[in-house]
Amino acid sequence: MENIYDVLIIGAGVVGSAVAREFSRYELHIAVLEKELDVCMETSGRNTGVLHGGFTYKLGSLKAQCCVEGNREFDRVAQELDVPFKRTGKVVVGFDEKDMQSLLKYKRNGEANGVQGLEIIDKARLQEMAPSAGGEFAMYSPASGMLNPFVYTVALAENAAQNGVHFYFDHEVTGIRRHEGLYSIQTNQGRFCTRWVVNCAGLNSVQVSEMLGIGGYTLGGFKGEYFVLDKKAGKELNMLIYPAPGPNGGFATHATPTVDGNVLIGPDSRLVDDFEDYRATPESLKQLVLDGKKMFKYMKREYFIRNFSGIRPKLINKDTKEILDFVVEARKEAPNSINLVGIESPGLTSALPLARRAVALMREQEKLLPNRSFNPRRRGILCFAEQSEEKKKALIKENPDYGEIVCRCETVTRAEIVQAIRNPLGVRSLIGIKNRTRAMMGRCQGGYCETRLVEIMEEELQESEKEIVYGRKGGKMFTGKVRA
Amino acid sequence: MTAVIKKDAVIIGGGSAGLAAAAALKKHGIEDIVILEREKQLGGILRQCIHEGFGLSRFHEVLSGPEYAQRFIDIVRKFQIAYVTGTTVLDITPQKLVTAVSREGLLTYEAKAVILAMGCRERTRGAISIPGTRPAGIYNAGVAQSYINLHNTMIGKEAVILGSGDIGMIMARRLTLEGVKVKAVFEVQPYPSGLQRNIEQCLNDYDIPLYLSHTITDIKGRARLEGVTVSRVDAHMQPIAGTEKEYECDTLILSVGLIPENELSLSCGVALDPRTKGAVVDAYYQTNVKGIFAAGNVLQVHDLVDFVSLEAERMAGYAAEYIHKGCLPVCDIPLITDGNIGYTVPQRVRSDEAFKLSLRVKQPCHDCEIVLKQAQRVLQSVKLKKAIPAEMIQIDVPAGNMESTDALEVLLQ
Repeated sequence: MENIYDVLIIGAGVVGSAVAREFSRYELHIAVLEKELDVCMETSGRNTGVLHGGFTYKLGSLKAQCCVEGNREFDRVAQELDVPFKRTGKVVVGFDEKDMQSLLKYKRNGEANGVQGLEIIDKARLQEMAPSAGGEFAMYSPASGMLNPFVYTVALAENAAQNGVHFYFDHEVTGIRRHEGLYSIQTNQGRFCTRWVVNCAGLNSVQVSEMLGIGGYTLGGFKGEYFVLDKKAGKELNMLIYPAPGPNGGFATHATPTVDGNVLIGPDSRLVDDFEDYRATPESLKQLVLDGKKMFKYMKREYFIRNFSGIRPKLINKDTKEILDFVVEARKEAPNSINLVGIESPGLTSALPLARRAVALMREQEKLLPNRSFNPRRRGILCFAEQSEEKKKALIKENPDYGEIVCRCETVTRAEIVQAIRNPLGVRSLIGIKNRTRAMMGRCQGGYCETRLVEIMEEELQESEKEIVYGRKGGKMFTGKVRA
Repeated sequence: MTAVIKKDAVIIGGGSAGLAAAAALKKHGIEDIVILEREKQLGGILRQCIHEGFGLSRFHEVLSGPEYAQRFIDIVRKFQIAYVTGTTVLDITPQKLVTAVSREGLLTYEAKAVILAMGCRERTRGAISIPGTRPAGIYNAGVAQSYINLHNTMIGKEAVILGSGDIGMIMARRLTLEGVKVKAVFEVQPYPSGLQRNIEQCLNDYDIPLYLSHTITDIKGRARLEGVTVSRVDAHMQPIAGTEKEYECDTLILSVGLIPENELSLSCGVALDPRTKGAVVDAYYQTNVKGIFAAGNVLQVHDLVDFVSLEAERMAGYAAEYIHKGCLPVCDIPLITDGNIGYTVPQRVRSDEAFKLSLRVKQPCHDCEIVLKQAQRVLQSVKLKKAIPAEMIQIDVPAGNMESTDALEVLLQ
């Protein structure tokens, strides 16, 4: 028996999860197919985690519209979905006249886009606002901020799931056929039948477009590498510090505080053909150290805790190589499909506005009935470390698991780990636990807690060590027991 | 507000340093002690060190890690020294209020003296920016040791080890004994970073090659590790193009250094020495915060657990004196080194107090001499046939030789 859905969404990145959540406001039978074992395993979990202001995007573009819209509503969104978020503001710093001209240009552009509060500030004000920033002057963007991209994606997906959306992980779409007004979607784990398809496949959105019969798109994989710095360095950085954009509006390596208090240095930008190439490369590592020092004086080896990279799927004009706008479309050659292509930065900021546009395209063709039981609110895992002493005591009294610190660096308790393991999406990988709790994200990188996390997973999931997966399918951590 | 529990000494960590300190404090007449241990049992990292080689200096016999720890646990139990396990310290204040959490709730202790005995942690892949992918199958040596020895869990079939630290070499042997093919150990330095005896007993005896001046320049595999690329490095430890060699493996063990675990020390204002990453201490093992003492791997990473215990026992004598008297004399003579000596512990001394000087050389050297000088006057010198960074050098410095408060120079000649 095939599953028949009204809407089938391909891809559980931040966009797919936001689309699922927005469609769940209506009386629809919805599912999400994700090839990986969790949400945000590609671009959505491999970025800077910035809520962008929207001053660099071309006037009138979808990037500009969605970014400004997404930025303005994010206080409410963060509250509804219980997502760690800080509107810290951003300074885009400049050193010379060329930079000043660039900043003035983007200030005008930003104002035209509807970005509020942009101002040029002098060195004294810059030093006062962001003492660790380099630069002679800056443009200040008070609306910019940072959020936890893992928790945001998880929150959107969990909220969708609590409003009735089904999530299928380890379901890679291998073919799409249209037959008698329905789509038949073939995956590595069986066939799905649906009236509508939404392509949110990110790095793989061109392949999915082609499966739908939509050709002509080319993606450029813009890989960016990062350093993650210790929270000790984070104390020295209170807001986002960017260099003045180059002529094409792209930012070079910058220093960004994460919402949890670490610092990210990066990303650089290199074009890659292999969209799974997340290697940290010696060339980038070396250059990031040099560039990072210009932006942030605490870019020091003693603060290095991890490297990662992400790939931005930019839609490009095949001939001119020009970078194109987001695409959200309903094309005649693939009826009842909504195609999202080229969703790169500012995709995180734009996810919900993009999702609303996807819903609108369906509504143009069908009357949608509201889901009367839709609940926009989702509660996440309470962070023990951030509670008052009184609250901590009460939590431990109620559940002694709060008194057991599992991750020393990030002060994550057993209670939080257990909640993460019992997550509503049924995700079972170690990285899944990490992304939901911050365990293993600290300076010892799991040296203390990893064995404990595995032990709790085995207990909670009633699984043997042989079943424990690190992050991706096939990524078994253990080969068995030492002694039977 | 939580009721504050008053204690003469609060010891943070129930591993080799904490246990030895507790027993020694008791011998010096300090009764009101508590050991706070985050694990479910006492013993610290020794619990997973099931190999032999412990105790020669301290007990004059050869013990395994758990046996060595048990000696001290037995003393702690016999003396009825209080300890709590499953208890993680969250914060220490300069006023020596120690807040800890356990399944029972939050606890706050007010201590006359706080003993820092948190040990050390392993340096990670991220800290040294090894290029490549991030699949399953990459383990720090201590984590691998814990999986195998404490959790009965096997981590792979074919392994490569980066770093010739002692735990890495011990794991090379351990994995081999459990049927894992250990292909090689690579060390970026031109000399080994672990002890010679481990090279003999853990590598040579099992025909595991050790390649010096080599490092990993790429890691391959998306879900699980598939292999590593290894390159030779030049004198500046930069990989030499064209020397790359591929090794297929599903497991990579990292043994790339240990870092004293001083996050709590920082919370109460203890100053750290950037060279040791441990506290700056005086001849009494007292930090810059009065009444806060440090010993063992939290102070400086030791080669042998015996030296950890002995250091903690010396420290406990001074801490006991502090608890009895409320203060210790000021150590007004700073120690300085030349470029050939990596660090010294202690970093401040006084003329009328004998002390144990610990140091490491930066580069291996032969037929050298460690010279202690003050105001151009040689106070003491020690001739060494061989000195290597992997082996800590300890020198007993008697009281009474220093005539001023000028800096005491520790030089390698």
